[in-house]
Amino acid sequence: MVHLLRRSRWSPYIVGAGIGVLSWVTFGLMHKALGTSTSLVSMAGAIESLAAPEHVRDNAYYAKTMLAEGKYFLDWQMMLVIGLVLGATLSAWLGRSFKVEHVPDIWAARFGPSKALRYAAAFVGGVMLLFGARLADGCTSGHAISGSLQLAVSSWVFFACFFAAGIAAALLIYGKAGRRRAQS
Amino acid sequence: MLKADPNILTLVYGLLTGVVFGFLLQRARVTRFSTIVGQLLWVDHTVLRTMFTAVVVGSVGVYAMHQLWDVPLHIKSATLLANAVGGVIFGVGMAVLGYCPGTGLGAIGEGSRHAIFGFVGMLVGAGLYAEAFPWLSAHVLPVGDLGKVTLSSETGLSPWVFIVPLIGIALIVFAILPGRRGGQDRGGAVRTPAPA
Repeated sequence: MVHLLRRSRWSPYIVGAGIGVLSWVTFGLMHKALGTSTSLVSMAGAIESLAAPEHVRDNAYYAKTMLAEGKYFLDWQMMLVIGLVLGATLSAWLGRSFKVEHVPDIWAARFGPSKALRYAAAFVGGVMLLFGARLADGCTSGHAISGSLQLAVSSWVFFACFFAAGIAAALLIYGKAGRRRAQS
Repeated sequence: MLKADPNILTLVYGLLTGVVFGFLLQRARVTRFSTIVGQLLWVDHTVLRTMFTAVVVGSVGVYAMHQLWDVPLHIKSATLLANAVGGVIFGVGMAVLGYCPGTGLGAIGEGSRHAIFGFVGMLVGAGLYAEAFPWLSAHVLPVGDLGKVTLSSETGLSPWVFIVPLIGIALIVFAILPGRRGGQDRGGAVRTPAPA
């Protein structure tokens, strides 16, 4: 066990099994399913409410996700999101695997070393990611892991669509240059 | 207006779950742009191995607990058009950003700077969705709305009819996928050179 903790990179099968067992605990003990993207809606609503509180209060989606009776801004999942950042930091610290990255190699192989371009693209990618996740009502955690393991029809449809679209988009965006870089 | 769940234990449970989840994601290196995009470019299969294992292991335990002790399920509604279109937008966003929401947050924790811009984008995307929600809920969400259904409830078959073959498929996929087991998965780099 100590040996495993010292190794900075674990087999994907060990990690996958760990996430599976973590789901047993969240379902069985906490009556919750792993998910992250709903909390980003709450964060967006909280920030927006600094400028326009009435607008947020009147929005049907914010009402549904964090303002309705029995819903909270700071809830189980928001704590999970905070914990996720802490857990990844802890793992990188213990495994000495921090990686300060501004422009990924695969990106640079295709689009050059410009930080501004990469930051702009990351921003746009983030916008699409959350818009898509909320439209589909889940992301990689809530749908692809938690939903698929429950055999939910919605989640398997999401899983197939996001994976196929992701592969097609990556091949188009990064092309042969990116693929060569990814293999090296 | 911003309320906190009064049940402190729930909040502590959430934090602990998150710490374990983030720790695991970072250890598999799925918090790296190169791992996620490597998967989408079909070069590095770490993501597929991790997710598929999680789904199979999770489903066995969750359905066993559901049947033995009535542990409740948490099924999301099959709003099929929205699931599909949302999935496509999400997939393209994932290829551009190189992270999904959870792994992007983990990436910020392990030092990725561009992931911070991705996170700001995610907040904007969430806000845009909230603005678009009234229109979408009238025109898109009702299309193909089957409710909270599973493969099992739709077919009337036992969940194990799906779980057992899924285990078999996972084992076959893991055996077929190129690349070494675990560790530095740069699958196929040696055995199948890149097309010139």
